[in-house]
Amino acid sequence: MHITIDHETVYGYDVPVSYSIQSLRLTPQPYDGQAVRSWWINVEGAGTLHRFTDSYGNVTHTLVLDRPHREVRVRVRGQVVTAETGGLVTGTIETFPPVFYLRPTPCTKADGALDALARSSRDGGVLDSLHRLMMALRDAIDYRTGETDVMTTAAEALANGAGVCQDHAHAFIAAARSIGVPARYVSGYLLSSDEGTEGEAAHAWAEALVPDLGWVGFDVANRVCATDRHVRVAIGLDYQSAAPVRGIRRGGGEESLSVAVRVNPRAAGSAQ
Amino acid sequence: MTQGDAVPTAAFDEMILDDGRPRPGLEALVGWMLEAPRATLKLRQADANVLFRRIGITFAVYGEGGDPERLIPFDIVPRVLLAREWAFLARGLEQRVKALNRFLDDVYHDGEIIAAGKVPERLVLLNKAYQPEMRGFDVPGRVYTHIAGIDVVRTGPEDFYVLEDNTRTPSGVSYMLQNREVMMRLFPDLFNRHRIAPVEHYPDDLRKTLQSVAPPACPGEPTVVVLSPGLYNSAYYEHTFLADKMGVELVEGQDLFVKDNAVFMRTTRGPQRVDVIYRRIDDAFLDPLTFRSDSTLGVPGLMNVYRAGGVTLANAIGGGVADDKAMYMYVPEMIRFYLGEEPLLKNVPTWWCEREDDARYVLDHLDELVVKEVAGSGGYGMLVGPKATPEERAAYAERIRAEPAEFIAQPTLALSSCPTYVADGYAPRHVDLRPFVLVGADKVRLVPGGLTRVAMRAGSLVVNSSQGGGTKDTWVLEDGGPDHA
Repeated sequence: MHITIDHETVYGYDVPVSYSIQSLRLTPQPYDGQAVRSWWINVEGAGTLHRFTDSYGNVTHTLVLDRPHREVRVRVRGQVVTAETGGLVTGTIETFPPVFYLRPTPCTKADGALDALARSSRDGGVLDSLHRLMMALRDAIDYRTGETDVMTTAAEALANGAGVCQDHAHAFIAAARSIGVPARYVSGYLLSSDEGTEGEAAHAWAEALVPDLGWVGFDVANRVCATDRHVRVAIGLDYQSAAPVRGIRRGGGEESLSVAVRVNPRAAGSAQ
Repeated sequence: MTQGDAVPTAAFDEMILDDGRPRPGLEALVGWMLEAPRATLKLRQADANVLFRRIGITFAVYGEGGDPERLIPFDIVPRVLLAREWAFLARGLEQRVKALNRFLDDVYHDGEIIAAGKVPERLVLLNKAYQPEMRGFDVPGRVYTHIAGIDVVRTGPEDFYVLEDNTRTPSGVSYMLQNREVMMRLFPDLFNRHRIAPVEHYPDDLRKTLQSVAPPACPGEPTVVVLSPGLYNSAYYEHTFLADKMGVELVEGQDLFVKDNAVFMRTTRGPQRVDVIYRRIDDAFLDPLTFRSDSTLGVPGLMNVYRAGGVTLANAIGGGVADDKAMYMYVPEMIRFYLGEEPLLKNVPTWWCEREDDARYVLDHLDELVVKEVAGSGGYGMLVGPKATPEERAAYAERIRAEPAEFIAQPTLALSSCPTYVADGYAPRHVDLRPFVLVGADKVRLVPGGLTRVAMRAGSLVVNSSQGGGTKDTWVLEDGGPDHA
């Protein structure tokens, strides 16, 4: 499937910011289920971008603006061709051994409730257990925006019974790790309807390592394994290490954030 | 078994033989000690305290009330190592620190030692001190722990044990240097009578070591800075001292910023590029863009520049995975694996409560063992079994049962003692040694000796300054006896 993405993030400030720095994990890498046809990152204003590859293999840009500014505007656009793989993720560059992805982080530490939910989902093979876990978590955590933020932990989201895709992913990761299944966070995009998607957020899901099969994507928020409508951009132990944008600034007073994401299907062979 | 008196009192004395005569090589010093009038010694000891107060060298003690700027007790009797003893120690230390560096390079790359089954994969990859952000990154010179402090104890004439490796930000070297300076002022005649290996070149060696690991992007003479968390850190004195002695800037996080894939220091003449940062801030606080976002001590974006080859950090981020007390058990194996050599310095036998058999043994023998937290340091949270009350041991056993993997235990070693000047004359007190090993891209540098810590209370085995220990000047006596040249 051909998918085009246009993702703009704008930070606005009350008073000018003298210095700001961001880490941008906004550059998708190819794997067997995805080829990247074209990709641009644009920054408006006098910012400088420097590229490096982080420890997970994510292409990362450091963006620095060191003259007074009231706005940071980052726009990424590109075209990706995806293939349906039944959720299976192969052909990635794996920088860590699987055991590493059992490592708990502050956001993905399982508490008693997550642990119990994971255990009660366990029945038969790992793949079946993970499917049950996905459904159980989605039932337990209602999709509601505005109830959680980037610091919300998996345990808190489950206790609150509400959250967004990031919380679903964290809860799934925490639960999977608690029953010894390596799991990780994926940040990316989702084409959620055939007419295209316009929204205020990118997407996030989880991947878990199934024995004899490999890494499989689980989109808990949508109760599906990752499909050819999922565009995989960055991975990490949790949101903190895979976040599309993470920034720090000096001054600036109150901050406003606006994110516009347009994900569109493009018929194969159409004009680029 | 009775408690309290179970610690062996007949420890090896480093200065005096069992029959009361001085050990060979130390006759001149012991002779001087016996001749010196009590009144003079008392005066000198008082002078020493005044000097340290004036220098301003103090140590804030965590977790205790009272004066946070308490002076660490200094003892005027030096601790002496003979040249051949030091030569052996130095070889053992260099060997050990080389292996620790190879280990760090390995576990942040392919993990060959794990693949070979020599070190448990989970102990490395799930270790709190393992920093994922370091994976797959080639640090300049492949050096991770540029400044290592290896804690060594002695139990006999030829028996040296490593008690603990410190591969993160070991402190104490300023005491080593100040102790020497104070001793030379108090007892110039002693220094005329002995050939004592100098230690004053440590700051030069440190600067050379740091400059040797400048990043590939550095074109000329590398600019080095010392990065401190600031005035309220317990080792702030040492940060200012080392920056001053090296002739480099002492900075805090707010003095540095990232731009153009480099780190710059704000100066009155405009931004100046920094190539090597001797950082005395813990990993978690170094860069709020990557690690703890609430840290105000660090430099946002530092990790990005580090990984992109624009700056070098010493010590490297993530070095702590080599020095926790569970990993300690595997250091002899690291030496064999990476260097193909047998370890020169001994490891203390260690039980790890993660292993069921070990846990059972430890819980059955709490009255004989020293139990420590795997991730602990500074003598905090440890149980000295023979000295603890039955209630303390019972409470500690509960902690072990709750989190067995977090505890290791070791036998209570009969630490060597040295005569120490106390209120009623000389008395033996237990000592340890922290030598500082400098690892550059070019070579390993070691100043003779190190920091001797002494347990000031009779019979005490805890030498940590945070637990009321004191220090001594450490001499390495060069061959040839008194220097008449």
